[in-house]
Amino acid sequence: MNKKITCIECPVGCSLSVDIENCKVVNVSGHKCPKGLIYAQNEVENPLRILTTTVMTENLELKTIPVRTDKPIPKTDLFKAMEEVKKIRIKKDVRTGDVIVANFLGLGVDLIATRNS
Amino acid sequence: MIKRDLVIVGAGPAGIAAAISAHESGVKDILLIERDQYLGGLLNQCIHTGFGIDYFKEVLTGPEYADRFIKKLKSIPGIEVSLRTFVVHLTKDKGLTCLMPGRMEVIKAKALIMATGCREKTREMIHVAGTRPAGIFPAGLAQKLINIEGLLPGEEVVIVGSGDIGLIMARRFTLEGAKVKAVIEIQKKTRGLIRNVVQCVEDFDIPFYFSHKISKIYGRDRVEKVDVVTVDENFREVPGSKFEIKCDTVLVSVGLIPENELIEMAGVAIDKKTNSPISKEVNMTSIPGLFVCGNSFKVYDYVDSVSRDSELAGRLAAEYLRGAR
Repeated sequence: MNKKITCIECPVGCSLSVDIENCKVVNVSGHKCPKGLIYAQNEVENPLRILTTTVMTENLELKTIPVRTDKPIPKTDLFKAMEEVKKIRIKKDVRTGDVIVANFLGLGVDLIATRNS
Repeated sequence: MIKRDLVIVGAGPAGIAAAISAHESGVKDILLIERDQYLGGLLNQCIHTGFGIDYFKEVLTGPEYADRFIKKLKSIPGIEVSLRTFVVHLTKDKGLTCLMPGRMEVIKAKALIMATGCREKTREMIHVAGTRPAGIFPAGLAQKLINIEGLLPGEEVVIVGSGDIGLIMARRFTLEGAKVKAVIEIQKKTRGLIRNVVQCVEDFDIPFYFSHKISKIYGRDRVEKVDVVTVDENFREVPGSKFEIKCDTVLVSVGLIPENELIEMAGVAIDKKTNSPISKEVNMTSIPGLFVCGNSFKVYDYVDSVSRDSELAGRLAAEYLRGAR
C-alpha cells in the first residue's frame, strides 16, 4: 500500500510517499532531510506529537505557566494527557526547563515548564 | 529631557535582538522600552513548538525562544530596560514622550529603533454582515486569553481565515475541550503553513472549507450561528450554496497589520496599503537614524528571520551613531 503524508518536522512540509507492507514502512521518498524518514515511520506505525499546553498556578504572579512534554507522546494519548494537566497546580516558582511532572502518564517523558514564573 | 544614544521601542523578539546586537557593535548607552510588564512580546503566548529551527537548530516553544534572548539581554549591564512604558508621541528629531507608572518623560534619542510589531486585522476589515454580539475574537486575542489568562473564551468555535494563528488555535481550543466546527478560508488554499494544517486541523478531523466565506453572523448578546457560502473565482457568493453552523464563538485569523502610528506621527513615509515604512533596504526608513525592525517593518513568517534582520538593525544603528551612515 502507498500512502501520501506531509512531514511536519519543519516549515518546509515535504510531501512524503510511503510504501507500507503489513503496517510497516518499507520505503519512503520525497523527504529532503533524514527527519522525514523517521517521521514517516512514526506517522504510519505510531504517530507522535509534542504536547504543548498551560498549567494553572496558585499564588504566583503569572496565572498560567506554559509547559510541554520534553519528547513526543503518542497522538492517541493527547486528550488523556490534557485531562491530567488540568489537575495540576503550580504553587512554587519555576524556571524554564524545570520538570513539572516526571514520567508523565508513565510514558517515559517529562512535562517541563517553558517559561520562568 | 533625558538624552540617550540609542532607544529601542518594543521588547519582543525584534527589539531584544536589536538591543543585543547594537551593544555587540559598540553602542554603550541603550534604553529598551516595553509597554507590557514582561519581556518577550508575542512569543509569551505562542506556547506551541516550531521556533528556533533555523536560529538555534533546535525545536523550541515561543517562551523558550524568548528565554534564550532574555537571558543574554539580562547579562549585558549596558542595556537598560524600562517595562510598563508606553510611548505616546514621537517627533521627527527622535523625541519620545513616554508614559510610565506615575510619571511622564521626554527622551531624546540620537538613534532610534522601532520594534513595535503588529496588531491583528479584525472582523470589521473583512466585511461580514450581521449583528455585533460577544464572542467574536481576533485569533491572537483568543490565544492570549487561553495561554496567558487561563480562560476559555468559547465552546463551539468557527475559525474565519487560515492564517497560522487561526490554525494553531484550532488545535488549542480542541485540546482544551472546545469543539472547533470549521475552518473557513476564502482562498483555494491555506494561508498558513502546511504543517499546521496537518498537526492542528487534520489531526483532529476539523472540517476545512476552502473557497468558502462567512456571509452573516447571528446572535443578540452572544454569537449563535453563522451563515457559510461557497465563493466563485471572484470571491462572490455562489447562489444556493448557503448553509449554517451553530457556534458561540468566531475567531478571525485574516492577517496582521504593522503597528506604525508613532513613526507616521514623526513623518516617516508609510505605505498605506501595508502600513509598513516605504524603504529600499530592510530596517531603513525615510528619516536617517530612525530604523524599524521585525514585524513592524514587514510581516515575517518566522521569528528566526526576525531575530536575524533585527540584529542587522542593531548594527545599522551602531554605524549611524559612529557617523558611518
